[in-house]
Amino acid sequence: MGSLGFEVLFKGTNMLRLLEGLGVALKISLVSVLISIVLGIAFGMLVSMKKPAVNAVFNVYLEIVRIMPQMVLLFIVYFGTTKSLGLNLSAEAASIIVFSFWGTAEMTDLVRSAIISIPVIQYESSAALGMSRLQTQLYIIIPQTIRRLIPLSINLITRMIKTTSLVMMIGIVEVLKVGQQIIEANRKSSPNAAFGVFATVFLLYFIACWPISQLSKYLENKWVK
Amino acid sequence: MEEILRVEHLHKKYDDLGVLEDVSLSVHKGEVIAIIGPSGCGKSTFLRCLNGLEDIQDGRVILHDEIINPCDDVKKLQKSREKIGMVFQSYDLFPHKTILQNVTLAPVKVQKRDKAEVEAEAMELLTRVGLESKKYNYPRQLSGGQKQRVAIVRALIMHPEILLLDEITAALDTEMVREVLEVVLSLAREGRTMIIVTHELQFARAVADRVIFMDGGNIVEEGAPDEFFDHPRTERTRKFLDNERFTVQPS
Ligand SMILES: Nc1ncnc2c1ncn2[C@@H]1O[C@H](COP(=O)(O)OP(=O)(O)O)[C@@H](O)[C@H]1O
Ligand SMILES: [Mg+2]
Repeated sequence: MGSLGFEVLFKGTNMLRLLEGLGVALKISLVSVLISIVLGIAFGMLVSMKKPAVNAVFNVYLEIVRIMPQMVLLFIVYFGTTKSLGLNLSAEAASIIVFSFWGTAEMTDLVRSAIISIPVIQYESSAALGMSRLQTQLYIIIPQTIRRLIPLSINLITRMIKTTSLVMMIGIVEVLKVGQQIIEANRKSSPNAAFGVFATVFLLYFIACWPISQLSKYLENKWVK
Repeated sequence: MEEILRVEHLHKKYDDLGVLEDVSLSVHKGEVIAIIGPSGCGKSTFLRCLNGLEDIQDGRVILHDEIINPCDDVKKLQKSREKIGMVFQSYDLFPHKTILQNVTLAPVKVQKRDKAEVEAEAMELLTRVGLESKKYNYPRQLSGGQKQRVAIVRALIMHPEILLLDEITAALDTEMVREVLEVVLSLAREGRTMIIVTHELQFARAVADRVIFMDGGNIVEEGAPDEFFDHPRTERTRKFLDNERFTVQPS
């Protein structure tokens, strides 16, 4: 009576299960984020060279990623590969593929826009001072690109971590999934479990994303004119 | 006087658009040349051809005895650019570096000079233009006039044999124009070789040994400043000067 449902968290190993779930979710996001950053930087540099064929391919890729909800992509990769191709892909691997596919597209776009936003005059005044192309990149272009890129990519990382909760749709034992299980198991004894569990899930995500978004704000103030 | 820079029959096209048609010029040590002309006549393009920022379709640019445009040898072109200082119309300082770092970067990294020696000279030059207190500031913290003075210092510290200034006051508010032009005047007095593109006619008259009027991709007329401004020989020059004087002093 009058309970907010938090008591279920302290029953048995419920809290531990929730934390483990968060761990799996964070692992999926961190691995995907890492892959996205590495591939995104490489592709972004490629795309900023403005070769028409490369750009056409990338634009189609970016459109696909933006139009298709991640959930649809998850189902396609997970059920598509296992059921129709007969591959035995784990849900975790499927999630990492989908999130990297998405993150790489977004990261490539960020890197491209950061690079092409550097004014031509920065290249020209470096050349006029006798700098080689390598020196210009090293001392002038790359440092400015990184400064533009950091707040934007932190924003992307935060979004990727949040979106990982989608993973529960294909049955990974992950925060929301665990939450759901705890709620089901305690339907009789704690009818308000849903509130307590989801409030806790919310808090856990907040704890994972808040420091990152604070860091992003700090860097933005420091580096963005 | 020794000849520093020679331009022979320079032709420049952007795709099909002919911008410079057969421009020749000889610049001697210590000479200050002011180039004036209507907007779009090719003044910036001309300066950019002089340090190889633009490729050219015909003719050549010779610094001392070396052909620097056309030039396929990238290393040689970089070496030549150290001898040609350039300041652009738009602010072009490096936004992620402090004022001192903006000035010392190229002498240390490109010319491999000693860092302490370069910093000492940087402070001397910054003091000369009244900006020694800004050494740890970033470009965004400076006014337009201050930024252009730093850009001049950044060019000077390379010890260039010739300075190219492309309308360096055109983007400035009027109250900042003077502080920049005074620096340029003092450089002229100490015998620097310069080619100055400007729309400040009074200033051109005061600073230049020779004034060049460009129009339609050509040098239309050139002469000593007093002669040029008081007795222009061609109708096109007269028209341009009348126009400029009217817009400069609208009252
Ligand atoms: N990168 C470019 N591509 C094509 N046309 C250009 C380019 N830069 C300048 N032009 C054209 O060349 C002409 C001369 O330009 P510019 O040298 O900037 O003139 P000014 O400095 O005398 O105002 C103009 O018609 C301009 O539109
Ligand atoms: Mg111009």
